Amino acid sequence: MSAAGGASDVRRPDALTLAHIWVGFGLFAVATLLGLYQLLERNEVIRTSAAGYYGSTTLHGVIQAFVLTTFFILGFGYFVTATSLKRPIRWPGLAWAGFATMLTGSVVAALSIVTGRSTVLYTFYPPMIAHWTLYAGAALLLVGSIPWIAITIAMSVTWKRENPGRAIPLPQFGMTSCAVLWAWTMVGVVAEVVFQLLPASLGLTQTIDIGLARALFAWTLHPIVYFWLIPAYVALYSIVPKAAGGYLFSDEMGRVVFVMLLVFSLPIGLHHVFVDPEQAAGWKLMHAFGTFLVALPTLLTGFTVAASLETAGRLRGGKGLFGWVRALPWSEPVALGGILALLLLLPGGFGGLVNASYAMDTMVHNTMWMPAHFHLIFGGAVVIMYFASAYALWPRLTGRRLHSRSMAAAQLWLWFIGMLTLTIPWHIVGLLWMPRRTAYSPYDPQIVARWRPYTVVMIAGGVLLVISGVMLVANLLLTHRNREREPDRSMAYADTIEPVVTVPALLNGFATWNWLLVVLMTVSWAYPIGQFFFMHVDKALPWGPR
Amino acid sequence: MRVHPAEKRWLVVAILLVAVMIGLVVYTAVAMSVHPPSNVEAIDSTRLHLSAEFAEDNLGVKRGTDGTVVARVVMARYMVHPQELTLPAGTPIVLRAASADVLHGLNVAGTNIGTQVVPGYVSQVRTTINFDSVAKVGVRNADGSVTVPLFCNEYCGLGHQSMWGRVRVTRR
Repeated sequence: MSAAGGASDVRRPDALTLAHIWVGFGLFAVATLLGLYQLLERNEVIRTSAAGYYGSTTLHGVIQAFVLTTFFILGFGYFVTATSLKRPIRWPGLAWAGFATMLTGSVVAALSIVTGRSTVLYTFYPPMIAHWTLYAGAALLLVGSIPWIAITIAMSVTWKRENPGRAIPLPQFGMTSCAVLWAWTMVGVVAEVVFQLLPASLGLTQTIDIGLARALFAWTLHPIVYFWLIPAYVALYSIVPKAAGGYLFSDEMGRVVFVMLLVFSLPIGLHHVFVDPEQAAGWKLMHAFGTFLVALPTLLTGFTVAASLETAGRLRGGKGLFGWVRALPWSEPVALGGILALLLLLPGGFGGLVNASYAMDTMVHNTMWMPAHFHLIFGGAVVIMYFASAYALWPRLTGRRLHSRSMAAAQLWLWFIGMLTLTIPWHIVGLLWMPRRTAYSPYDPQIVARWRPYTVVMIAGGVLLVISGVMLVANLLLTHRNREREPDRSMAYADTIEPVVTVPALLNGFATWNWLLVVLMTVSWAYPIGQFFFMHVDKALPWGPR
Repeated sequence: MRVHPAEKRWLVVAILLVAVMIGLVVYTAVAMSVHPPSNVEAIDSTRLHLSAEFAEDNLGVKRGTDGTVVARVVMARYMVHPQELTLPAGTPIVLRAASADVLHGLNVAGTNIGTQVVPGYVSQVRTTINFDSVAKVGVRNADGSVTVPLFCNEYCGLGHQSMWGRVRVTRR
C-alpha cells in the first residue's frame, strides 16, 4: 500500500484539497487587504465613510473566521485522512457537493455584505438583523461542511474495523477529533440561524429572544476556535517534527491533547458573555473553570512540540542546553512555521488567561485588547500553521517543487513580525480603554492623543501583513507553473522514537468521550439556555444596521 | 501507554498552574465578592420611557435616603442618556443601564465599570471609583474633578462610533 518513493499515494484527493485551499487563500488575500484599509480608515489616514469601515470589517471577519478556516480545514482534512489511512476518500461525490454548497454560501454571503445590506459584523448580534441572504449564505457554508464530518468519521470507523487492536494514525485521530468537535460546535449557531435569525430577517417573526440568541451563539463561539486550531496542532505534531528532521516526542500525549481539546473546549462558551446581564454569576464561574482547563492541552502541546524539535536539533548536531535551537533548520519553511507558531502561542495564551479570568475580563472586554488577543492566537499561531502546511502540501499536490523556499521562509517571518507589530500596540491601546470596532475616534482629544502614538506602528504591521499575504499567494501560484518536478509526492508523517502499535481504546476513538460530552453539555447548558423558555422577558424588536 | 518522565513532570506543573489560576479566581469571587455584572433582571425595552425607573425624569445620578449613589442610564442609538453623569470617587455606587433598541456596551475609562447592555434586561454594576485611576486617563477640569469618556463598546449600527458620553468624577 505504501507509496514511498513512488509517484504518488493511491488515489489521493489532490484536486479536492487544492480546490478547497485555493478558495480559502484567494479570499484570505482579499480580506487581508481589507484589514489594511480598516487600519487606515479608523486611524483617519484616509476617510471614506463609516459604512465603508463597518462593511469592510464585516467582510474581513466573515472571510477570515468562517471562509478561510472552513475551506482550509476541509481541504487539509481530506488530504490528511487519505494519506494517513492510505485510503481513497469515501463518497467523493458527496465531498464535491459539500464544496459546491459551501462555495455558493460564501458567494451569497459576500454579495449580501458588499451590497451594503448586511453590515452587522461577523458576530451578527441580534436584534440587529441583516438581509436574509447573509444568514442563508452562512447556513449553506455550515451545511456544506457536514459531508466532511461524515466522511472523516466513517473512514476512521472503517479503518479501525479493518485493523482491530491497532492504533489509528495520530494525524487522523486529530482530524477526527476536529470533525466530532465541529459537529457539536455548529449546533448552537445553526439553531440560532434557522430558528431565530432567518425567520426574523424574512419578516416571519416580529420579535426575537436576545438572551436565547446570545446563549446559542456562545455555545458555538468558543469551540469554533478549537475547530480552527486542531488542524494547526495536527500539523505541529505530525508534519513539523519530520520537516525539522526529528521525531515526534510522544504520540500518546498527542492523543490526550486532542481528547482534551474536544472535551474541554465545548462546555465553556459562557465566557463570551461574562459581562452580560442575562446570565447569573454561578454559571459564569462554572464556565470559567473549564476555560482554564482548556489551557492544559496547549501547555502540553508546547512541551511535546518543543521536545520534538529538540530531537531534530540534536540529530542535526546541536549540543548543550540551547545549542539544539541554533541547529534547527531555520530556513526550512515548514519547520520555521512550527517554531514561529509556538512563539506566538506564548503571548496569545497569556492574553487568553487574562480574558478567562472571570472578573478581570470586565477590564478588557470589547476594548482593542480583544481583537489583539485573537489576531495573535488565530491570525498568528494558527494561520502561520495553515501557511506552513500549504508549503508542505503544495509540492505533493502539484508534483512540482515549491517555487521558492527562501521566499516562503521570508513570508513566514514577515507574517510573524507583522502580526506582533499590529497586535502589541492593540494590546496597549486596549488597556487605555480604546473600544474595538469603531470607525473613528470622535472622543475628547486628550483621550485620543494617548492612543495616537501607536497608530503608526499598527499601520506598519498591516502593511507587512499585506506584503506577506501577497508573497504566500504568489509563491503557491508560481509553484503550479514550476518546471522542476517534485520526485517524491508521497506524504509521510512524523514517526515517534519507538513505534506506537497499540494504544488504550480511550485514546483510539471518541465514543466514550461523546457520551461524556452529552453529560457535560447538559450540565453546562441546560439551565443557561433553558431559562429563556421559562423566564418572562419582553422580546426585542428587530432593527436594521442603519 | 508510555509517558516520558519529563513529560509527566511537566503535566504536574501544568495542572498545578491551572489549579492556582482557578483557585485565585474562586478566591476573589467568593472571599472578595468580585464578580462580573450578572443580575438577571428583565425589563420591557420598548417601553422604557413609560417605566417608573427609566422614565426621562429619573435618569442620571440620584442619592438614596441611605446615602447610596445610583446612576441610571438609557442607551439608545446613538446617544447615551443623560450625556454626562457626575459621580463621586471613593463612594460605593450602583450603575443601572437599559437599552431602548439594540445591543450596546457600556465602558467607563479608568474604572471597573463595564457591561453589555442587552435589550430586555437591566444591567447593573456595583463599584467604587478610584480617583487616581481616572485622573491618569481623564481630562482634568478647573474645579479639580476629572472627566472620562463613557463608551458604547458594542457595535450597534453605522453610527456606533459617535455613541459616547462623559462621566465627571469628583473627589469625595
